[in-house]
Amino acid sequence: MARITVTVDGVAYQEEVEPRLLLVHLLRDRIGKTGTPIGCDTGNCGACTIMLDGRSAKSCSVLAVQADGAEVLTVEGLAGPDGWHPMQRAFHEEHALQCGYCTPGMIMAAIDLLKDDPDPSEDAVRAGLEGNLCRCTGYSNIVRAVRGGARAMRDAGAVGDR
Amino acid sequence: MIPPAFDYVRPSSLPEALAALAEAGEDAKVLCGGQSLLPLLRLRLAYPSVLVDVGRLPELHGVREEGGHVRIGAATTHDEVLRSPVVRAGCPLLPLATATVADPAVRHRGTLGGSLAHADPAGDLPAVAVALDMEFVVASAAGERAVPAGEFFVDYLETALRPAEILVAVRVPRLGDGWGFHYEKFHLTAQAWAVVGVAAAVRPGGAGGDRRVEEARVGLTNMGPTPVRAGGVERAVRGAPLPGAGAGGSPGGAGDGVRDAAALADEGTSPPGDLHATPEYRRHLARVLTRRALLAAAA
Ligand SMILES: Cc1cc2nc3c(=O)[nH]c(=O)nc-3n(C[C@H](O)[C@H](O)[C@H](O)COP(=O)(O)OP(=O)(O)OC[C@H]3O[C@@H](n4cnc5c(N)ncnc54)[C@H](O)[C@@H]3O)c2cc1C
Ligand code: FES
Ligand code: FES
Repeated sequence: MARITVTVDGVAYQEEVEPRLLLVHLLRDRIGKTGTPIGCDTGNCGACTIMLDGRSAKSCSVLAVQADGAEVLTVEGLAGPDGWHPMQRAFHEEHALQCGYCTPGMIMAAIDLLKDDPDPSEDAVRAGLEGNLCRCTGYSNIVRAVRGGARAMRDAGAVGDR
Repeated sequence: MIPPAFDYVRPSSLPEALAALAEAGEDAKVLCGGQSLLPLLRLRLAYPSVLVDVGRLPELHGVREEGGHVRIGAATTHDEVLRSPVVRAGCPLLPLATATVADPAVRHRGTLGGSLAHADPAGDLPAVAVALDMEFVVASAAGERAVPAGEFFVDYLETALRPAEILVAVRVPRLGDGWGFHYEKFHLTAQAWAVVGVAAAVRPGGAGGDRRVEEARVGLTNMGPTPVRAGGVERAVRGAPLPGAGAGGSPGGAGDGVRDAAALADEGTSPPGDLHATPEYRRHLARVLTRRALLAAAA
């Protein structure tokens, strides 16, 4: 067993973990952050995408022990005192989900993309989300939502903070 | 799936890591970004006794110019390669190929050293390593040795690294002025591995209607169990006329010499057959993509 300290959505946790425990299982099974789902065994689908020290990562492909000392942000940490994060609101408004399984990962990947490109073109959105698979929507509404969310975040002065 | 049980150590220096590896014996594995190793563990295709995490070792980080080459620490992530002005200026072919690796989240974690040590022939970076004659800096408890790219890749997922060795860095020789670069990757879906890829560096000479290839380097992805240096193409393409500025190298025009040379791309290769492509189709792709890569690099 190893002792680790991880900050998740602003709260510090000290945990005793088996080295083989995946970060996504730490989040879901230990800390109760079931907003981050698991969709595959290969690192391909992106459903489990979170921010690790400020940049996107697939939490199924990180050991909890590798995240020792790190700061994790999950979809559950996005909403603020004024309600949903602009990107969450944009996904809602643009109907950018059907079953919703891919949505937490899509939203995290979208927010990561905006750190480098606050006003992404349609092509840039598609490239930025290439590691996130959706089996329902056909992506068009997702692309529209990301661009809309980006606009809302620019208006709120909340992008390009890298 | 849940990975099999293993022990985990995260040494704080290279000598400690080498000692931990030597002590742990043959079933130990080095862990860096984990983007290849963790999927293997989750699928239970590997059962290491100990993982030695080298991801935070200071000796494996950093990019710097050193004499005639750029030295890139093995734990440099794909994302750091893409952002490094030193890499972009000193070896532009590497970021061109790295930009096609996986997706942004994987590139934030996966490393150059991990990609090379993993030695997947479908990986994009080994072909760049052989095309640019990278040198691999390898450490063991006994000291450091340098392995040329041509000797590093031994077989499918097999390298010249011995069990208790760690890849510390690669040295990428700087090519002189006047080189152009291109990585041409053929894949079926976004974020997929290369069916075939071609890494090309070309130094054109002459001007206007009389542009020619002076020198070229070509590395092939997924045309055999190891990355392939296409020496036959490199020799044959010397002196080949290039289309003038603006022309596209259309059939019957300048660029035919390049096509004739590119037709040698699959010589001596043994491409795999799998659900994506037959060996014969890969040979065809290697010829077509090599021509495209050479012309794009020379443009
Ligand atoms: C969804 C997905 C898509 C991908 N697509 C592509 C792609 O299109 N093209 C491509 O090239 N790659 C692709 N990859 C692989 C990616 O590039 C990995 O980052 C890379 O192969 C491994 O780097 P790593 O640091 O994560 O290594 P790890 O997974 O940590 O290690 C991989 C292997 O290398 C060994 N190793 C690592 N570092 C060292 C070292 N310093 N010394 C000695 N041994 C070491 C390990 O023991 C292990 O055997 C993809 C991966 C995923 C998950
Ligand atoms: S669960 Fe599919 S990438 Fe993590
Ligand atoms: S909404 Fe169902 S997978 Fe994307």
